Amino acid sequence: MAGLTTEFVLEAIQSRFENEIIHTDTPYGMLTLEVLPASVPAILQFLYEDDRLRFRFLTDLCGIHYPHQTAKELGVIYHVHSLENNFRIRLKAFIPEANPEIPSVTSIFRSANWQERETFDFFGIQFKGHPDLRRILNMDEMSYHPLLKQYPLEDPTRTDKDDKYFGR
Amino acid sequence: MTEQPSQITMVGAPDGHEGQGFFATSLDKVIGLARANSIWPLPFATSCCGIEFMATMGANYDLARFGSERLSFSPRQADLLMVMGTIAKKMGPVVRQVYLQMAEPRWVIAVGACASSGGIFDTYSVLQGIDKVVPVDVYVPGCPPRPEQIIHGITQIQELIKNESLRRRHTPEYKALLASYGIE
Ligand code: SF4
Repeated sequence: MAGLTTEFVLEAIQSRFENEIIHTDTPYGMLTLEVLPASVPAILQFLYEDDRLRFRFLTDLCGIHYPHQTAKELGVIYHVHSLENNFRIRLKAFIPEANPEIPSVTSIFRSANWQERETFDFFGIQFKGHPDLRRILNMDEMSYHPLLKQYPLEDPTRTDKDDKYFGR
Repeated sequence: MTEQPSQITMVGAPDGHEGQGFFATSLDKVIGLARANSIWPLPFATSCCGIEFMATMGANYDLARFGSERLSFSPRQADLLMVMGTIAKKMGPVVRQVYLQMAEPRWVIAVGACASSGGIFDTYSVLQGIDKVVPVDVYVPGCPPRPEQIIHGITQIQELIKNESLRRRHTPEYKALLASYGIE
């Protein structure tokens, strides 16, 4: 099977989703597309089904928080892998913190289930259409989403640390 | 290979009065001696420190020499809860429940920086020391502590057991300690 090239994959996606793609880049040689959040499932479905591409493995799905990126504070990042072509690409979609909603991709990748739960757990991103969106790693009693930048990483109950040795 | 001289040291007799054909001491001391040399530990090993404990139980260090070869994986039969490793906050209630299921007399040893204070994990998800949820008798420092240190911790527990009142659970201090943890 002939290997895929970045140009070919980009061309294939662009010909179908011209208006949904906001930005493309190839950091460290990996094709990265920023797309509209609402179109993520359609693009992943296309990548999955297209016979030339066959991106059928969701390597990773995670969140990110950029507090200074107005109206695009929260992001979801998808890494997909075409195992047959040994080719990887990355999709990014940004959503506002005030309304952190994005469609779930669990109908395409069953493995997205727990990864979306994790992203919800840490960033509070609501995946619309997820069958069971509840916390997965943190305690159920936790009242906030700890990886949002406004929350301190350190535990306030810590008693054995002398600030002067920790540069605080 | 050089032959190692075999050095077998028996546990000494407690203080008492000895005469021809008799030895008298207090019941406290006899029972303390027996308890101290037959501790059944419950290993609660969650991470790297647990690996050091496995070495401690192995042939080189051999915790059995101190009367603790019998690990109890049921809290109901255990005397000593050994917490070794990082305890996430989600795990805190489990540690507490295991402690509650242990019968008196019971002791707790926190092995390693994580169990003692949270260690390097000064973060929202990690319990900052198991003494936030259960009372601890002995802390073993180190990240991870070497098996020798874990054995030293156990011998410290043995000293406690030998010298404590047999009925420490009836002492006001002990009751107050448990009450401060909201136990019983
Ligand atoms: S104290 Fe160090 S070695 Fe022990 S569990 Fe924590 S990180 Fe691991």
